[in-house]
Amino acid sequence: MSRPARGKVWEPSSLGGLPDSGPRVGVVALQGGVREHAELLIGLGARPVYLRTPDDLVGPDGLRVDALVLPGGESSTIDRLLRIFELGEPLKAAICAGLPTLGTCAGLVLLARDVLDPAPGQGSLGILDVSVRRNAFGPQVDSAEELLETTLGPTRVAFIRAPRIETVGADVDVLARRGDAMVAVRQGPVLGTSFHPELTGEPTFHRWLLNQIT
Amino acid sequence: MVRMTTTGTPLVKRGLADMLKGGVIMDVVTPEQARIAEDAGAVAVMALERVPADIRSQGGVARMSDPDLIEAIIKTVSIPVMAKARIGHFVEAQVLQELKVDYIDESEVLSPADYVNHIDKHGFTVPFVCGATNLGEALRRITEGAAMIRSKGEAGTGDVSEATKHIRTIRKQIAELQALYRAEPETLYVAAKELQAPYELVREVAERGELPVVLFVAGGVATPADAAMMMQLGADGVFVGSGIFKSGDPAARAAAIVKATAQFNDAAAITAASRGLGEAMVGINVADVPAPHRLAERGW
Repeated sequence: MSRPARGKVWEPSSLGGLPDSGPRVGVVALQGGVREHAELLIGLGARPVYLRTPDDLVGPDGLRVDALVLPGGESSTIDRLLRIFELGEPLKAAICAGLPTLGTCAGLVLLARDVLDPAPGQGSLGILDVSVRRNAFGPQVDSAEELLETTLGPTRVAFIRAPRIETVGADVDVLARRGDAMVAVRQGPVLGTSFHPELTGEPTFHRWLLNQIT
Repeated sequence: MVRMTTTGTPLVKRGLADMLKGGVIMDVVTPEQARIAEDAGAVAVMALERVPADIRSQGGVARMSDPDLIEAIIKTVSIPVMAKARIGHFVEAQVLQELKVDYIDESEVLSPADYVNHIDKHGFTVPFVCGATNLGEALRRITEGAAMIRSKGEAGTGDVSEATKHIRTIRKQIAELQALYRAEPETLYVAAKELQAPYELVREVAERGELPVVLFVAGGVATPADAAMMMQLGADGVFVGSGIFKSGDPAARAAAIVKATAQFNDAAAITAASRGLGEAMVGINVADVPAPHRLAERGW
């Protein structure tokens, strides 16, 4: 029998203040900045649920969550783990069926139709009609905190070895730019950002996600 | 619109470590090894001239790696590249920042350059990870500007017992501090004195019940079960040094350790990951390493 997780990152219950009700938001928890999203969601009255296996996402009565977050992390690592643990296809099916979804940084890369500079063998879920370039703003010494104007209002966010969005399809709205680069987009109930609102505790995008739940 | 951009802040430095959580950082000595590590799902690589097992067996002064090697590895992979500077060698750190490595490891695996001072890490834009064997050491490194801590273990041995000791020690000391703070908050001043760390930081840890930065484990991890054990003991992720490229089938072992780290609480997944990996690194028992050759004792 496996013991309960003790790692500080690894179960929402360890974070404290978990609401008894409220929408259930699945956070893909294979690798990366999972806990920061969970804390933001709890602050907004939602219940984060960590997703590691297909069973975490889909139960006998259908989907177990009302919305989805694909966190930041290493996109090449998460992509590989999504395939190994067979979570990628069920996620794709759920998002294509209309599950509201937020992807940040690596999460954006995973949502993209095209990754222009993939690691060898790296794929993506192909949901947002955009092409992205990874690490497009330089190495870690160029990572930065920033006040960023978006169509959802001014936000304080962090770019960490961030990707940029190079091209978008006709159905995609651009929500923010950084210089001449597109850095936040929306297509239906799916939103992707190059940056990390969860590191600065910026609630705008998570609030948007919760507002998409019908 | 005016763009207000700030690089090198504690949030940005700690933020990259946050994105490495749940992952495996692998020591590599060639671009080819770096490619194998990336293909296996490593979240970052540590660019080195010699893995700790070879530093240990060959002896001599171990220094920062050749800039050409580090640059070749940066060009080969798309994941973050870390590199080691000697303890206290702030000019090696300046060179590594110039090379645009993503993280600097101020590491006891190399020969110390200063037996009194560690690097003042606040002055750098690039973030630092530092080793620690106990809570006081971790807090002193954070005070100096470290944005990530790794427990030291005993590098290059393939013996995980020291890594176990260090992560258990740090977690236990944090739990004790937290209990102390709840019961007798006025005693925290003396606790800070005993930890040889600033009171404000000690109180932050006592309140949160955890370090304010990511805590990885390093030193002696050689199998998928080793990695999963460190995660179950409360690590945010693992460094694997000699354990991969000193084993019989590095690509398979690297991928297996990545899988076991991601599903560290699932015994069936760890079992599946442990099958058919060939020889693990032979290793040496830490008990057989004479005290002057124990790397974990470097750093203060």
